[in-house]
Amino acid sequence: MTAVELKNVNKQFPGMSYKALDNVSVTIEEGEFITILGSSGCGKTTLIKTINRLYEPDSGDIFLYGKNIRDTNPVELRRSIGYVIQQIGLFPHMTVRDNIATIPKLLKWDKAKTDEQVDRLLSLVQLDPAEFRNRYPSQLSGGQQQRIGLARALIADPKVMLLDEPFGAIDAINREKLQNELKKIHAESHKTYLFVTHDIREAFKLGTKIIIMNQGKILQYATAQEIICKPADRFVKELIQTTTDVSKDYVSGGEGI
Amino acid sequence: MLRSYKVNAALFFLFLYREESVVMDVFFEYFEAHGQDYIGLLLGHIRISLLSVLIALLIGTGIGILVYKHPIARAVSERAFGILRIIPSLAVLIILIPIMGTGVKPSVVALVILAVPPILINTVQAFQGLPQSMIEAATGMGMSPLQTFFKVKLPLAFPLMYAGIRTAAIEVIASATLASYIGAGGLGDLIFTGLALLRYHLLIIGGGSVAILSLLTGFVLDRIFRRMTRYQRA
Repeated sequence: MTAVELKNVNKQFPGMSYKALDNVSVTIEEGEFITILGSSGCGKTTLIKTINRLYEPDSGDIFLYGKNIRDTNPVELRRSIGYVIQQIGLFPHMTVRDNIATIPKLLKWDKAKTDEQVDRLLSLVQLDPAEFRNRYPSQLSGGQQQRIGLARALIADPKVMLLDEPFGAIDAINREKLQNELKKIHAESHKTYLFVTHDIREAFKLGTKIIIMNQGKILQYATAQEIICKPADRFVKELIQTTTDVSKDYVSGGEGI
Repeated sequence: MLRSYKVNAALFFLFLYREESVVMDVFFEYFEAHGQDYIGLLLGHIRISLLSVLIALLIGTGIGILVYKHPIARAVSERAFGILRIIPSLAVLIILIPIMGTGVKPSVVALVILAVPPILINTVQAFQGLPQSMIEAATGMGMSPLQTFFKVKLPLAFPLMYAGIRTAAIEVIASATLASYIGAGGLGDLIFTGLALLRYHLLIIGGGSVAILSLLTGFVLDRIFRRMTRYQRA
């Protein structure tokens, strides 16, 4: 089943010489973990922000489970999509519990169900509910904060998750751990993840398929092995050569996937 | 900051309770004879101050929230109130006499003019300084603009807005003394009577009460602030 489909989507920001999205078309199947790889300004963040309508495309259509998102109320649409950003964006004046309960409160869940789900999500992201539930974000480390950010996005059990460089500001050891946990959470959930990153290793490690973007265009959309064996063009080829160990991992049979 | 209030207050009471009973007698006599009047003046002072701060709060935060996104509107409103504020309050009071007569109304207008700028400027600063990432997170999770405003923007802007309100409140309490000049009552009556008749105990009672009222207000507002922003020190 197709989860997300973009058809000829264009987006240009005022004052930019090239398009952030240049006639982008892509079909994403349900249950995939798509990583979107590219350097800054290549349009990867724009792409996922058009899906939850934080940006409106200049032209083209986006379908979520066959339904054009233009026909959905943006507020309703966003409540059904999980969204995690690099800056985490936890609300400092709310406890961990209230942060995670943001969407349940918007959806008016009753308190018992909310509390139960908050605790379940805290456990899912490897934080002890009793210890963390009543803390404020300022009492958490960067890695813990991003775990809360993840829990907050996952709580309403969205079919589609958008993650915009969620581990960008986290130290290498914690990033590694969070990547592994996220991979596990995804594998158990059968949901569709779109994960933006500029880290090639991260993109290849997490993605069941990888979208490589440059200057608003999708250069290649394929599995890690396909990209390494058959890079679509010189840009992709040069990109994967910058990280030799990625090639090593996957050319030899892709046991890392 | 808190300590300085306590020290100041203690010094003031020490001054009142010196051993010379002659000094104290004048005060006791005043409160015995005019206790009711004193309460009236005190309540009048509080009423004028409170009314002025509340009106300034509505105007200052209202305009601040309306203009913070628009550079021109922001500059115009900040300058307009900035210029009004340069005019000394006493001058404002006297200018207002032919327009509004005497009494409480013109006094409140003069005090509102005094109180709006700190509230307005701090409101604009507070809303401009909101972290974009938090607004994006709120919107991205499906908060409507109104929900984003009340659940995220306003609570995050609150500490800085509050600082402006506090400054305004203290200034208003001190300046409300002048309202007495155009017959609005308040503790200023004691000071001006004391000055006119050279009765120093009235000056001390009036001035001291205004000082204590300001200090007390500052103290209470600080306590409320600490309570409401506990998350910052958690």
